[in-house]
Amino acid sequence: MPPLQATAFPWCADSSKVDQPAPPDFIINVQNVHRSFGDVHALNDLTIQVPRGSISVLLGPNGAGKTTAIRMITGALGPDVGTARVFGLDPTSADGEEVRRRCGVVSAKPSLYDRLSGWDNLRYSAELYGIGKGPSADNAIRDAAGRFAIEHALDQEVGGYSTGMKTRLALARSILHDPDLLLLDEPTSGLDPESAVAVLELIRNMTSEGRTVLMCTHLLLEAEGLADEVVIMQQGTSLEWGTPDALGEKYLPEKRVHIGVTLPAQLDLLSSMPGVIDYDASDGGAVVEVRTFDAVPDIVNRLVAGGAMITSVSPFIPNLEDIYFAIRREKGSSSDELPPPEAPTARPARSRVAEMAR
Amino acid sequence: MFGLDISRIRTVARTDLKQLRQAKDFWVPMTLLGSFFFVIIPTILLVTITSIGEIGVVDQVADTLDVLPAAAQTQIPETTSGGDPVSDAGRTAYALAVFLFAPVAVIVPLTISTAVGAATIVGERERGTGEFLAHSPAGAREIYMGKLIASLIPGYMTTVIGFGLYSLIVNLVVGPEVGGWFFPTFQWWVMIVWVLPPFLAICLSLVLRLSATVRSTAAAQQASGLVSLPLIMIAYSQSTGVLFGAGYLPFVLGAVAWMAAFFFLSRGVRSVTRSRLLGVAAGM
Repeated sequence: MPPLQATAFPWCADSSKVDQPAPPDFIINVQNVHRSFGDVHALNDLTIQVPRGSISVLLGPNGAGKTTAIRMITGALGPDVGTARVFGLDPTSADGEEVRRRCGVVSAKPSLYDRLSGWDNLRYSAELYGIGKGPSADNAIRDAAGRFAIEHALDQEVGGYSTGMKTRLALARSILHDPDLLLLDEPTSGLDPESAVAVLELIRNMTSEGRTVLMCTHLLLEAEGLADEVVIMQQGTSLEWGTPDALGEKYLPEKRVHIGVTLPAQLDLLSSMPGVIDYDASDGGAVVEVRTFDAVPDIVNRLVAGGAMITSVSPFIPNLEDIYFAIRREKGSSSDELPPPEAPTARPARSRVAEMAR
Repeated sequence: MFGLDISRIRTVARTDLKQLRQAKDFWVPMTLLGSFFFVIIPTILLVTITSIGEIGVVDQVADTLDVLPAAAQTQIPETTSGGDPVSDAGRTAYALAVFLFAPVAVIVPLTISTAVGAATIVGERERGTGEFLAHSPAGAREIYMGKLIASLIPGYMTTVIGFGLYSLIVNLVVGPEVGGWFFPTFQWWVMIVWVLPPFLAICLSLVLRLSATVRSTAAAQQASGLVSLPLIMIAYSQSTGVLFGAGYLPFVLGAVAWMAAFFFLSRGVRSVTRSRLLGVAAGM
């Protein structure tokens, strides 16, 4: 058997990639914002920066302040302390109208008028957002509805729509006025998996057209693979933010590989191999912590040379769920609300939903 | 105008009215209410009086006309245009048509507009559509004005239509008794065009304020009932004064009502805020 090369493991080549810092062109720049409702501190020193043309995801449990953050961004609510700038403008000032005109919002609930038809709902939005009436507005309505495959139901009363249809109509309404910034608050809540995947795909397409997307979700699978940037929120504050890869590098820097073998005794060879920091042998294989993924082909070659029968070699690349819980653990969430640290196992790095959306 | 986008105000008002049109459970009872006060009761009463002729009851009612203010008494015709004397039944029917039914023109629009206005803002919040409005470019004052107009139109339009029907009934039933068509009188025109609208605006300014601040539509309806009842009584007494009064008095009453309306509206316009549309304002 010829010795293995690094190219046999494509993930080795990417293992040393370090994400570049986000460009300074921030569409949203929220700095140290506090907002209370009576005794409830909904936002507590929240800082968010969203680069132009990116998909940023606010991740956090229910009550983390994600919805309040979106309301702050459009100026629907003002901060008690701190500043929010969107497109460089203050949304709570007289510039708020311009900010809101350039934003498309999908709320956690679709916020549609059940007694009106889909068409009338979109027309109402078109008029409020300054598209006006007439053939050009009608064309915009048809285009937006067509993008979300809801044009066939535009003449029906929205009260008779399914949850998925309502979400699609709300999404169509949000892009009707061609906004620069889309703010999506749990846009797939209540959708079946197929519709959720379709919606995520459409969101991905939005950024390819130059729009910036800020999405809230508590579903890690949904954000996986979709987010260019993530903001981990908890109790109204941003615990951490950055690209998923950068956060993975920072919070889960250990490089681990699961090597499957037929005879576990042969894994003793690992103890003296260069590039191996540690390993944990079990039936059928071992989780090996390595200095760099580039060392993996050499380790495999040495095991094979030592008589080991290799059945599999899989990297442990942390997914967003691992990163999320690692951050929350490190930033001081109470241990009883978090799952125990997971032992690394071989698994795909990206979720199925995210892969399908890609 | 005043930094307001008129087209947005129109859009909000039109959309609200469109939803109201779809709500059969609202407009059917309201149409019945208007029909009851403007058509059914007047028809029964006036036909009864003019048909039963000179009997004791009518004579007694005719005698009470003497207690009306002098300005009102002079309006009740003694003779027809042809010189024939007007019967007691005719004079009684005339007095009832012109003076008794003043509250009709007040109760119906205030009741309908209160019912619409009470649900208008809290309803947005309850349905979750307040979130859409809060994130939209529409200003809070534009939303308020749109809601005000959408609440005012159903009540006022019902009154205008009802007033037309009422005029027809009065002229058809009482007209022959007094020598021809005579309704609406000048005072009724003043009341409908000059006095009623400001009272409607005052009532709605209070009702919309309640709608913006309470937690539920049910609470808004209850509170609005308490607010509108004394207003209806005030409006009724003022309307009666307008009908009985002479000279410039009706215009003065109307002018005072308009000033009060502008004052209350200028205060009420601040009641709609984005945080209230979202349902997260302090005290909610």
